[in-house]
Amino acid sequence: MERFAELLDRLVLTPSRNGKIRLLADYFATVPDPDRGYGLAGLTGGLDFPAVKPAMLRALLEERVDAVLFAYSYDYVGDLAETVSLIWPGKEGQAVPPDLSQVVEQLSMASRSDAPAVMARLLDRLSPSGRFAAIKLATGGLRVGVSARLTKQALAEFGKVEVQEIEELWHGLNPPYIGLFAWLEGRGPRPESAAKAPFRPVMLSHAITETDFASITPADYAAEWKWDGIRVQAVAEGGICRLYSRTGDDISGAFPDLSERLDFDAALDGELLVGDPREKTGTFSDLQQRLNRKTVSRAMLERFPAFLRCYDLLFLEGRDMRTLPYTQRREALQSFIAELPPDRFDLSPVVPFTSWEELDGKRRNPPHPVIEGVMLKRKDSPYLPGRPKGPWFKWKRDPFTVDAVLMYAQRGHGKRSSFYSDYTFGVWEGPADAPVLVPVGKAYFGFTDAELREIDKYVRDNTIERFGPVRAVRADLHHGLVIEVAFEGLSRSTRHKSGIAMRFPRISRLRWDKPPHEADRIETLQALLEERELLL
Amino acid sequence: MVKARDLLRPRPEGLCCPEGGFFIDPVRPVERALITHGHADHARAGHGSVLATRETLDIMALRYGPDFAGSVQEARLGETLTINGVRLTFHPAGHVLGSAQIALEAGGGRIVTSGDYKRTADPTCAPFAPIPCDVFITEATFGLPVFTHPDPAHEIGQLLTSLQQFPERTHIVGAYALGKAQRVIALLREAGYDQPIFIHGALAKLCDYYQNAGVGLGPLQPATVEGLREAPPPGAIVVAPPAAIDDRWSRRFSNPLSCFASGWMRIRQRVRQRGVELPLILSDHADWAELTQTIRDTGAEEVWVTHGREEALVRWCEINAIAARPLHLAGYEDEAE
Repeated sequence: MERFAELLDRLVLTPSRNGKIRLLADYFATVPDPDRGYGLAGLTGGLDFPAVKPAMLRALLEERVDAVLFAYSYDYVGDLAETVSLIWPGKEGQAVPPDLSQVVEQLSMASRSDAPAVMARLLDRLSPSGRFAAIKLATGGLRVGVSARLTKQALAEFGKVEVQEIEELWHGLNPPYIGLFAWLEGRGPRPESAAKAPFRPVMLSHAITETDFASITPADYAAEWKWDGIRVQAVAEGGICRLYSRTGDDISGAFPDLSERLDFDAALDGELLVGDPREKTGTFSDLQQRLNRKTVSRAMLERFPAFLRCYDLLFLEGRDMRTLPYTQRREALQSFIAELPPDRFDLSPVVPFTSWEELDGKRRNPPHPVIEGVMLKRKDSPYLPGRPKGPWFKWKRDPFTVDAVLMYAQRGHGKRSSFYSDYTFGVWEGPADAPVLVPVGKAYFGFTDAELREIDKYVRDNTIERFGPVRAVRADLHHGLVIEVAFEGLSRSTRHKSGIAMRFPRISRLRWDKPPHEADRIETLQALLEERELLL
Repeated sequence: MVKARDLLRPRPEGLCCPEGGFFIDPVRPVERALITHGHADHARAGHGSVLATRETLDIMALRYGPDFAGSVQEARLGETLTINGVRLTFHPAGHVLGSAQIALEAGGGRIVTSGDYKRTADPTCAPFAPIPCDVFITEATFGLPVFTHPDPAHEIGQLLTSLQQFPERTHIVGAYALGKAQRVIALLREAGYDQPIFIHGALAKLCDYYQNAGVGLGPLQPATVEGLREAPPPGAIVVAPPAAIDDRWSRRFSNPLSCFASGWMRIRQRVRQRGVELPLILSDHADWAELTQTIRDTGAEEVWVTHGREEALVRWCEINAIAARPLHLAGYEDEAE
């Protein structure tokens, strides 16, 4: 348990992705079975202990600690789980601390009524850090900034296999994953996926570059729109229906309106969007209403119904279709979809073209705002897992850009902790002779290391106020730093003062040459937003 | 006949002994000062005369120059002196090299002021000795039950583990220049780390002093040399004052990983505020368990609580039927660790 607690403490403070992967891989390499397997389950959301509730902890503590001292402590620390973990009068050192597997075993066997006593016995024997981890584990939500996907990535690194292999197996496996670790360490066979309706690793594309055009011919490729929803795989086999994210997470529960309509025996690759495919495809911000929700209300289901725009057919009535060329899969897909309910399924249309110039024109002026470019798929290519180079390319629409003025800068983390590296920028609003800056977004990448040093110096030399790690930077009509910000789209937002939220903003250019009064006005962004909405 | 409890009283300048005509750790220049240890908020320059341990006097001279006071007198640990009829003795406090508690006696009673102290073993200074007394004046920097300092060897182990996990990154350890920095280095040596350790310029004099005083710190090298661009090799340990670890100074190192050795690192919010990647919970002050144990060990009937979180320790004394009051002395840095 203590090793797991230390891992969590390190992960939450390690900003870099590679750093996290290294810590995870080290944990898998040095912690024995079955503990590492339970650690893996904890990190991928595979453990659930419904009997333990946060209120219970408070009651347990009140029996052990003076209420006044607790109040002083809680007031200082500000987090209940942490306060409990630190102030708990432990007996560590007197007894051997429990392993993670013992913690998991005891918590999962606890009933509602004996959960407090079980929890108290565990807390008694753990260190403060171990207690914090046990409480977080028991009450759900480790919140260490590590996704299930990243954990699997680390597992792949540890076992020197492709992450797709792990994703493909994942749904047939259970904690503590003894067989999986044996395979990854070369001591055992690859686990057989016993699960019905398994996930099949997704085929991904490369962004096309100028040099690629020289080596490919238009006649060899088919084009489809690249839809800006979420890539999913809808699988129904032997009565089991599952909706997977592109990384193999089961997201059926978040989209019951779609997952309950998988009345077939096949595996489909497609884009999950909201709306009604026969009439209207919703925007990405409509789709966002359906994301990251624990429960879906009936009103949400009615306002933003989910549907699948189908790209590919991977499996059909017992037959693996992935080895067939694209054109054949596409034909089979077309006739298969014709039989499906049209309010929930449609076919991703092909975009006819004969030359790259023609396709480029279509790419630049897509017929719908939810299109973010075109996909090129080689007509004779099979469906391959991962990101093979050559058969599929994405050719994205050029990003939008706006000239904005730097308003605030915040210190970064980790490697960047000595730099002001997170920038809030604004555009002008109000009367032309006395405009004010209104913040429209925040960006923290897109610049080179040399540019970062320049901006950092600029921020330090032009600070007008400091708020903890944030500095307000001088920004008026004649003095300020103009930055060209690239972004993928705009949506209306009630959370931002400007009424606008930017998608995926990043710094594309520093405009040292441009005086601040020449930066864009809010009306420019509003016009862009309205223009996009007209396309709907 | 003066009672022990009347020997000391709080004044704006610091703890005052009117009978003896001196102050303990005064925050403003006074005629006669007794200094518990060399940290800047306790040991200030400009007093008429200073009585302190040899090491504290030396440290003050290193920091402020040889003329830091009108005159100086060395106090030997355990040796009783008399000033204007007040008998006083310095005892080790276990905080930093030269740190002391000061016991005053009158009318058969004794009042002890702890200065800053800890009970955990420290290879760089003499251990704290509890002195039986009637009134105990205790510090309370970490005077909340949430402060539990782990075993220092465990924390140093965390640093060495991280060095193995990230051998290409320079580990910059923020540590207070007097005491903590040398303790971190000594603990690394105890743990078997024998590579050269690189130190910030601000630590050089004090590290030299510790080495000369017989505290083994092993091979030390300057982290930066004027006019030389060459930085310590990747994977080195650099020890620097806390303010330097996330400032521009740290950029010259290879992919720096910021560590901070402090008792405050127990609190996650503090760690996040500081932007620290590897917190090392390593304190030169007593944690809650040590504070309460020390109060019991002294057998004091009355406890005065100063600099820190006074109210919680006063509450603990109340629960345990010990008379207690906060002193509210101004001018001591709560954060200086």
